[in-house]
Amino acid sequence: MAASLCRSPNPTFTPSITRSSLPTAPRFLKFPNVSPSPAHPIKLRPLTAQSSRSTESFATPRATATPSSSSPSPTAATSFHGLCYVVGDNIDTDQIIPAEYLTLVPSKPAEYEKLGSYALVGLPSSYTTRFVEPNETKTKYSIVIGGYNFGCGSSREHAPVALGAAGVAAVVAESYARIFFRNSVATGEVYPLESEGRICEECKTGDTVTIELAESLLINHTTGKEYKLKPIGDAGPVIEAGGIFAYARATGMIPSN
Amino acid sequence: MASSTIAPTPTSFILNKKDLGFSAFSAPSLFSIPKCRRTVSKKICSVMAPQQSERRPSTTGSVKTAMTMTEKILARASEKTQLSPGENVWVNVDILMTHDVCGPGSIGIFKKEFGENAKVWDREKIVIIPDHYIFTSDERANRNVDILRDFCMEQNIKYFYDIKDLGNFKANPDYKGVCHIALAQEGHCRPGEVLLGTDSHTCTAGAFGQFATGIGNTDAGFVLGAGKLLLKVPPTLRFVMDGEMPSYLLAKDLILQIIGEISVSGATYKSMEFVGTTVESLTMEERMTLCNMVVEAGGKNGVVPPDSTTYKYLEDKTSLPYEPVYSDEQARFLSEYRFDVSKMEPLVAKPHSPDNRALARECKDVKIDRVYIGSCTGGKTEDFMAAAKVFLASGKKVKVPTFLVPATQKVWMDVYGLEVPGSGGKTCSQIFEEAGCDTPASPSCGACLGGPKDTYARMNEPMVCVSTTNRNFPGRMGHKEGQIYLASPYTAAASALTGYVTDPREFLL
Repeated sequence: MAASLCRSPNPTFTPSITRSSLPTAPRFLKFPNVSPSPAHPIKLRPLTAQSSRSTESFATPRATATPSSSSPSPTAATSFHGLCYVVGDNIDTDQIIPAEYLTLVPSKPAEYEKLGSYALVGLPSSYTTRFVEPNETKTKYSIVIGGYNFGCGSSREHAPVALGAAGVAAVVAESYARIFFRNSVATGEVYPLESEGRICEECKTGDTVTIELAESLLINHTTGKEYKLKPIGDAGPVIEAGGIFAYARATGMIPSN
Repeated sequence: MASSTIAPTPTSFILNKKDLGFSAFSAPSLFSIPKCRRTVSKKICSVMAPQQSERRPSTTGSVKTAMTMTEKILARASEKTQLSPGENVWVNVDILMTHDVCGPGSIGIFKKEFGENAKVWDREKIVIIPDHYIFTSDERANRNVDILRDFCMEQNIKYFYDIKDLGNFKANPDYKGVCHIALAQEGHCRPGEVLLGTDSHTCTAGAFGQFATGIGNTDAGFVLGAGKLLLKVPPTLRFVMDGEMPSYLLAKDLILQIIGEISVSGATYKSMEFVGTTVESLTMEERMTLCNMVVEAGGKNGVVPPDSTTYKYLEDKTSLPYEPVYSDEQARFLSEYRFDVSKMEPLVAKPHSPDNRALARECKDVKIDRVYIGSCTGGKTEDFMAAAKVFLASGKKVKVPTFLVPATQKVWMDVYGLEVPGSGGKTCSQIFEEAGCDTPASPSCGACLGGPKDTYARMNEPMVCVSTTNRNFPGRMGHKEGQIYLASPYTAAASALTGYVTDPREFLL
């Protein structure tokens, strides 16, 4: 059902525009709600995967709302809909992106894509379902659900970048390690959302879920359960803009270039 | 007396109030009102503070709330007189460090955001240290060092510890090795300053009474251009370690004890301050081991109050002035943990988490396949001296392959040059050779984090390793099914001699 939703040309749904040159269609949808106070369309360049500086391609980072030319309220609250991938506690950044792939430089577009293909490849073999299939660069799971202390360990920014590059819109975990959370916000790659309880024990990999960002709600359509999330707060607009630089430009904190 | 003027309070930190009349900061009294307001959640304390009767005249002009070391360092760096945990402040950065794994990405972001022709904020405050993937034929890894070199040339970066001849590290006089150890050895760690680095173990430098923490590429790109960063002031956990350190323990045991106590997320968003007579007795390298692993408890930074040991270490390393700060006696700590070190035993962290603490002797039946001594945690000169001491005491040969990776070129030279006390003039390298260890390798991060497939001592098969490194996550040293037991250099060397996880007391007593 979710899958059919994704592909149906429903006029109320705007498929997200991801970085301009992505070969694969994203596996999740974003639902820009009508905002009572539509802000200016934020035109930004993503921090990581845009090679050409001169074109007018205002590709949005993955987790942003969709500022397509026809969309009246690009900064409106967002929903994410897709399949979830469930992991446990203390998922460290070595498991998210093993060190042997850290030679890939996230700010180089081709290598950014490649990082996505290795996302979560460091999980132990007890995880029988692969997050990204071999020879694919994208995952079919747009939402990762974890336990506490997600993203602990190394400060490698490659970790949120790999998830974002693979097509993840949001991570929902009980808690985060400090640097992973900060890197997620700074890059605008993924929304690091906190759950109120242990959702990771109630959801299964492959469940269809929707995250209503404005309502801080996660709905598991497979089980029919709803879960309250902690509000993303001030970090939300930064991620939506596409990271700290984009946010700082959009809000006039630093000059546009 | 003081307490008699203070209303009952739910918080313990203001008990036994004594005015010290000391603060690193003095502020005109009119600032005292907003200051008091800021601590509104602790309102009783703040309101009552000015009413203390025994306040000395010298302090009456400056009503202030006591601060921790970390709060004081961040206050000075943000040009404020007073800070409280939870405040977000723009902090001026004294040193930004990056390396070959995160440097190219940080540079990419700097160029994209500040412009192709932009200049860094201060060419003398940026330290670039290739150290992760050096001795490899991986083309991308080699290219990343080239990117660093080009950038340093273009920007005229003062401190770039380059390596060009990968065949012989000794042919590269500038090359250092593991960044956190090189930072200390080259005098970039100074009390009271702020050091940010694109590596989670940047917190190592807290040993010098410095605020040091790890950041990502995007934040580093921002710092490269702006020289400052928005940071949240962390609350501080205080660890009081008293008692004489037994001869078979090292700082690694202390930090494994602490992480086991508070868990891998017990200090998330927090500062960890280490004090007590045991900490005072530690050398600088041992203090670095202590602070190095605060990130394994989720900590934002770790600090040790600077003292004569610190100043002596710094004597021949930096000529720049620095200003140490100390926690006020009444500073507020989120909680305090006390340890009697004299009663502690050698520890390990079992797979696959640094907080999976166990006594080394409890694991004596765990058969191992190899031992690894190296990294920013356990690859310093004193770490090799400690291992050599165990080999020397036993007079035996190792039973499993034992890999030695000095952190820096200086450590490597010490391993080959310094005499081990009580050995009759032998160096570590001679003792290692007699014990049957592998020849000490070229200094770098090595196999601590796996790295490219051809990395020296990388675990390419599912083996069991006792390691002096900092993380034992699945796949950390290479193979996903590999099992890593984190331990001190004493315990690692003892384990090498038996082929099982071994308490070093078997050889040191």
